[in-house]
Amino acid sequence: MKLGTSAIIGGALFALAIFVGLFAPWLAHTDPVMGANLMNAEEPPSWIWWFGTDAQGRDIYSRVVHGARISLTVGIVSQLVNSVIGVTLGLTAGYWGGWWDDVVNGLTNLMLAIPSLIFALAIMAVLGPGLTSLLIALGLTNWSFTCRIARASTLSLKSQGYVQAARVLGYGDLRIMITQLLPNMVGPIIVIGTLGMGGAVLAEASLSFLGLGIRPPYPSWGSMLSEARDQITTAPWLSVFPGLAIFLTVLGLNLLGDGLRDVLDPQSRSRRT
Amino acid sequence: MTAPPLIEVEDLRIDLDDGVKHVAAVEGVSFRIDRGETFGLVGESGCGKSITALALIGLLRRPLAVAAGAIRFEGREIQGLSAAEQRELRGNRIAMIFQEPMTALNPVSPVGRQIAEMFVLHKGKSWREANQLAVEALANVRVPAPERRVKDYPHQLSGGMRQRVMIAIALACDPDLLIADEPTTALDVTVQAEIIELMRNLCAERGTAILMISHDLGLVANVCRRVGVMYAGRIVEERGSDDIFRACAHPYTQGLVDSLPRLGSRAALGRSRLREIAGVVPAIADFPSGCRFNPRCAQATEICRTTAPETTWLGAGGLVRCHHHA
Repeated sequence: MKLGTSAIIGGALFALAIFVGLFAPWLAHTDPVMGANLMNAEEPPSWIWWFGTDAQGRDIYSRVVHGARISLTVGIVSQLVNSVIGVTLGLTAGYWGGWWDDVVNGLTNLMLAIPSLIFALAIMAVLGPGLTSLLIALGLTNWSFTCRIARASTLSLKSQGYVQAARVLGYGDLRIMITQLLPNMVGPIIVIGTLGMGGAVLAEASLSFLGLGIRPPYPSWGSMLSEARDQITTAPWLSVFPGLAIFLTVLGLNLLGDGLRDVLDPQSRSRRT
Repeated sequence: MTAPPLIEVEDLRIDLDDGVKHVAAVEGVSFRIDRGETFGLVGESGCGKSITALALIGLLRRPLAVAAGAIRFEGREIQGLSAAEQRELRGNRIAMIFQEPMTALNPVSPVGRQIAEMFVLHKGKSWREANQLAVEALANVRVPAPERRVKDYPHQLSGGMRQRVMIAIALACDPDLLIADEPTTALDVTVQAEIIELMRNLCAERGTAILMISHDLGLVANVCRRVGVMYAGRIVEERGSDDIFRACAHPYTQGLVDSLPRLGSRAALGRSRLREIAGVVPAIADFPSGCRFNPRCAQATEICRTTAPETTWLGAGGLVRCHHHA
């Protein structure tokens, strides 16, 4: 498989983010929450404080590193939930059709009509802030694209000879879905999932920025931005570094998604064989 | 009492009902296939032979549906079986191979896995055992180096190899009936002969009955002991395959026979044109009244246009539906 440049750059950025998140406790210089020391308040970036310090004297570098854990957890887990919901609904709707298809289509259209961030906001308002409610809110609001792709793929795959053949050979519905349909639509689902992960990282930042996601003092990139809002003129490093982290992660995921699309495209696959 | 035939189709009628039109696509089709027997259905595209096969395995989908008649497998009515019982028949007792070996295999799954799936599905084997059996199954269809080939994906195999894999899948569970729907149409002529030979030998070894569906009368007569000729949704003639070339009774069959090139004939030597049947098969929606072949038939008379011909029994279990049969 030949990977394009964008997939390599995107993959590298995403891998870096994952690496930072996994090894945060070893990479961080100080404790992200407890490492406050007013003696070091609002230090600009230097050799000692790589990304500077905030008003409480906490090391921004350590907080950004720890923030990766939360942002990526939210991004990956909520997108997985979205993919599972979307694929399940789309696959069954496309396969069985009938009233179930109408129900799923209606739901999908409903989800597309409501801005997902507003919907997530409403869920957060009910559940209260915190990581779990963030996962639920973002996991339930972004499955409509996956669902559409899965349904459309199912409709076109359903008439393929091998799906018909499986039916003739006595496969049950579930077995046809799992062995014949799902593996053949995995490419576009992965692409959408990767792009959606970037969206989820952004959504987490937005919700935390609005004070509904991760609450201070725990570091998430969004909540850090939110805290840094007042000092953006006096201590710009407070906003720049978490912002940069969000930017690079989302850019990485989008590049990866685009790159994977080129690799997994059935057209380019058939050209190689 | 004698044992019931393996499969018995009686007065089958398949309707096409799309809400706007309601027409019989197949009508009055009857035939029986005994254990280990070979039976062929021949006809042009659109004559209803493939949907008859689909009806046999209970897989007609809207807008097509069985409207009348009976299909009995070992004396049991297929229409009356539950969905689970029908699934149990499919692949296990009745298997099918298709025209397009390119598209009938899942492109993202190794062929060995697709064969093994049959053992897991119908015989309750573990994947370990099933994978072992898949290698054997590939060896049985004369695929060289089967233990390496099981890991190949369909696109890595040639058309002939793919059709062998299809046969391996179809015969994996030792079915009683193999339905072969144009099994060699998409293959080179030389490969065709190999595949037909392979299919015939394997079925003969196992006592598997074959229902072969094709537009190629020569091929079907070569493989099958008995042949049914279908035209526009009806069986117009059914004969032993030896009789059909010697003395076919229906003008349509005669047309099919005449349109085959024969070694040493004037047409084969290029001295005369091969004969063809004038006209085309009528669309399902406007089958003519009376004998459905009458607009294309040279011998058609007034009665052919008004009355559908009754079945006339010929010797040796043959039958014909024609007012002017020879």
